[in-house]
Amino acid sequence: MALSLEEVRRIAQLARLRLGPEEESRLAVQLSAILEHVAELSTLDVTGVEPMTHALAAGEGAPLREDVVQPSLAPDVALGNAPAREGTWFKVPRIIE
Amino acid sequence: MTAANEALTALGLREMGERLARRAASSRELVDASLARIAATDAAVGAFLKVVPERARARAAEADARISRGERRSPLDGVPIAVKDLFLTKGVETTAASRILEGFVPPFDATVVERLEAAGAVVVGKLNMDEFAMGSSNENSAFKPCRNPHDLSRTPGGSSGGSAAAVAARQVPASLGTDTGGSIRLPASFCGVVGVKPTYGRVSRYGVIAFASSLDQVGPIARSVEDAAMLLGAIAGHDPRDMTSSTRPVDDYLASLEQGAKGLRIGVPREWFQGGVDAGVERLVRDALARYEKEGARLVEVSLPHTRYGIGAYYLIATAEASSNLARYDGVRFGLRAADARGLKETYSETRERGFGPEPKRRIMLGTYALSAGYYDAYYLRAQKVRTLIRRDFDQAFAKVDVIAGPVAPTCAFRLGERTADPLQMYLADIFTITCNLAALPGMSVPCGVHAETRLPVGLQLVGRPFDEATLLRTARALEREVGPGPEPAALTSARGGAA
Amino acid sequence: MPVQDFQVVLGLEVHAQLLTRSKIFCGCSTAFGGEPNTHTCPVCLGMPGVLPLLNRQVVEFAVRTGLALGCAIQPKSVWARKNYFYPDLPKGYQISQYEAPICLGGTVTIVVDGQEKRIRLTRIHMEEDAGKNVHDVSADGASGVDLNRAGVPLMELVSEPDLRSVEEAVEYLKELRAILVCLGVNDGNLEEGSFRCDANVSIMRKGATEYGTRCEIKNMNSFRFLKQAVDYEVRRQVEIVEAGGKVMQETRLFDTVRGETRSMRSKEEAHDYRYFPEPDLPPVIVEPSLVERARAALPELPRARAARYQQALGLSPYDAGLLVSDGAVAGFFDAALAAYGKGPEAAKKVANWLTGDLARLANEAGTGPVAWRLTPAHLAGILKLVDAGTIGGPGAKQVVEEVFRTGAAPDAVVQAKGLAQVSDESAIEAAVDRVLAASAAEVERFRGGNTKLMGFFVGQVMKETKGKANPAVVNALLKRKLEG
Repeated sequence: MALSLEEVRRIAQLARLRLGPEEESRLAVQLSAILEHVAELSTLDVTGVEPMTHALAAGEGAPLREDVVQPSLAPDVALGNAPAREGTWFKVPRIIE
Repeated sequence: MTAANEALTALGLREMGERLARRAASSRELVDASLARIAATDAAVGAFLKVVPERARARAAEADARISRGERRSPLDGVPIAVKDLFLTKGVETTAASRILEGFVPPFDATVVERLEAAGAVVVGKLNMDEFAMGSSNENSAFKPCRNPHDLSRTPGGSSGGSAAAVAARQVPASLGTDTGGSIRLPASFCGVVGVKPTYGRVSRYGVIAFASSLDQVGPIARSVEDAAMLLGAIAGHDPRDMTSSTRPVDDYLASLEQGAKGLRIGVPREWFQGGVDAGVERLVRDALARYEKEGARLVEVSLPHTRYGIGAYYLIATAEASSNLARYDGVRFGLRAADARGLKETYSETRERGFGPEPKRRIMLGTYALSAGYYDAYYLRAQKVRTLIRRDFDQAFAKVDVIAGPVAPTCAFRLGERTADPLQMYLADIFTITCNLAALPGMSVPCGVHAETRLPVGLQLVGRPFDEATLLRTARALEREVGPGPEPAALTSARGGAA
Repeated sequence: MPVQDFQVVLGLEVHAQLLTRSKIFCGCSTAFGGEPNTHTCPVCLGMPGVLPLLNRQVVEFAVRTGLALGCAIQPKSVWARKNYFYPDLPKGYQISQYEAPICLGGTVTIVVDGQEKRIRLTRIHMEEDAGKNVHDVSADGASGVDLNRAGVPLMELVSEPDLRSVEEAVEYLKELRAILVCLGVNDGNLEEGSFRCDANVSIMRKGATEYGTRCEIKNMNSFRFLKQAVDYEVRRQVEIVEAGGKVMQETRLFDTVRGETRSMRSKEEAHDYRYFPEPDLPPVIVEPSLVERARAALPELPRARAARYQQALGLSPYDAGLLVSDGAVAGFFDAALAAYGKGPEAAKKVANWLTGDLARLANEAGTGPVAWRLTPAHLAGILKLVDAGTIGGPGAKQVVEEVFRTGAAPDAVVQAKGLAQVSDESAIEAAVDRVLAASAAEVERFRGGNTKLMGFFVGQVMKETKGKANPAVVNALLKRKLEG
């Protein structure tokens, strides 16, 4: 199951990773090798098998949260790790719609 | 390091607690001894990413004040401890061993950290790990590697490498790690200490930086089964902030600890012994099984036919979840931002390119692919169905046995750099541990001896029924009574006897 | 014109903010406004290590809505992550529902040109809102991100493409909005964005059986804009098809200034959201007991209420429609009527005041019944005063205005302004006698056949009594005395 460079670029785009050309080729090779191992899964018969998307069995967890307002963070704390801010806004490069 | 300090750092969790209760030692002394040991050995070991001496001493003082007032909060009150740098610690930088979180100072504590500190335990620092918990050797740490205290040219295992190494090196009596595919059990085995991965949902994940949401679990690492049981008891239990945490009451793990192995039915999975395991490792595992039999346990052969598909299923499910969990690292609200990038889109991709190391990038790519249009059914969905099959294997086995036993890994600790060229090679180290996470079951590693040739520690893996950590711990304790704890960290003896 | 050869096909997606106090996955307040990032916490900020905590009220509101719209409430529904990168989406994914939403099916009945039509719903699901991006937050042209809104609960209601005109679309939205407001789950505010609508627009040749390619139009925050946007889009699509081209499936933004729709799609490919079930949240289990409790607590819906007003109370369809278009007004009506009287006559009187003077006063003040100082009990009281003859029509108007303004008791206002009519015959008789005595000539002419002079006499008596005489009594007395 070989991954083309084009596919690698498509995935990198989706994942917002700016890969260098060397990285791209390396990843193409490495990911292809992993996918080859993964391909073994396709030999299994999974007809009628439910996916195990949740690891905690039903009923193990707690009832839902009540609709009560809890204190929010002070804005300085909320923005405490912000790389850039303007007043109490998170500042980012211009968003072009 | 003074002999007195040495003696103190050799103590286990329970022992330290008893000394404190008897006032034979103060928290300040224990914490100072721990800090001194770290100072003397960590240049070689690299278990700690950050040490917080001031903070720790202040907490130690508080503990001592409580103790002198007769208001000791718990058996852990005043005892030094350390946690993997995956746990958020309020006011203390938390990085997940990644550059993308360098400088990130959380405004809140992980629930498990809160619980430990509420019990009075003193956090002395944040432990080294593979970046975002992705790895089996701690070589993926963006900051520095961690070395195995038994042989500094070897890895301590991963991803909770620092957590296991710090305990093995006697820097702290116990630590917290996380296990998503084996990340507590593997380093515990490689470092000759006890490591427990509880049942999914037994311990809160709130405040634990997420790698794979349906697989991550927090667990204790210590030098004795009893200590691990104590620590587990202190952190386990429902957390209203985590909807994936169970409301089941927490067992008293210490109560049943000494029940021994008599009458236990121990499952031995045929597929775990079909070759591919180093002869010396297998020898030790079989010896352990033989000891159990002598104790009065019954060995039962079981079959886990889907074992071989575990790695494949894991590297689709875990990476898919990770690709989504790591999307928040975008430079907008915290962490690294590529300030020189032009425009928003570039800011995102440049930040992530620079901030993530090769392993997170690899897994993000794989996970994104597994979820992408046209591939979801063949990859992610299919993997989740295979996961059900893997769980069924265990359910069927547990109809006949109480606990399953086998190797933790095919080898003992490998050398630094030995497997870094081939990711797939590295992934295959998890072959025996990974299905336990997929099946959401509890598992642990307990030392079962020292490899005949390499003299490196080897762990026995035990896997149990859902929420049956008590049986696991009791079974592990039965072996520990026979073979004793893991070896002393030979590679660090030269560090002993140095300056006080 | 070529447009006539084509039929527009519309489907609508409504995003309604739910009126919970706290956000869907954390306890932060949902209150509107506030300085940026003052209603945030680690969870809605998407910090490392956080986990979502589902607000029970969101599920109840969704069940309530599903029942009111005749949907099939799913006993088990699943949360899903919708993955994409945008600054107002802190986690890099939105928690929504994808393959297994909480409600399936349902209908909304509309009336256009007197004809009833049932518009089918496809589904209703729950999800979290994103934050807000703002342009030019600093001199260097940077943008700002405010996450106060991130995590506010939304309900998405998707209709089938059953709508065949913009008029139908507007009626659908009005009806849906009235229902949601009546249920207390949404405040119906299009302009402020708590009730948002996207339109899926396609065209097909009249008589054709297959739907054309649809485009999604976003950013229409008024019915006027909706009409403009759809009209423009239809013309655009017709032009393409007439010229032999194919309509491209895409998302388009309505430009309110130019009155056009613009493609949002940049040169990159369309979003691949990589939906997968949310591992941090268990499936939503809706027990039959919750459904039954919600069903029992359903209020009377606008359509049913309007029908009741017409059938039991004899109100006109127009009046009934006006009253139910605002749940608070209808509630006021019900309460005032209950305090005043029974039957069509009483209903008509109450309705007239509500749709007339009170509507005007409310419009001027910009308030709804909840904020009015004039209560249903007040209105009933005023009507009773009129019935008793204590005040007349003009007097009642004055009382209503004063009570609306100050909230004072009607009796007190009547006293203070001296609005009480005199209805006592003997008192008025004296005035009548004086007027007749002073207007002998007019009396002659009246008795001679000029019956129009009655008005003159009434006017004179009113002047004589400084407007306080009860006109009905005046009329009766004059008649008696003039006609002998």
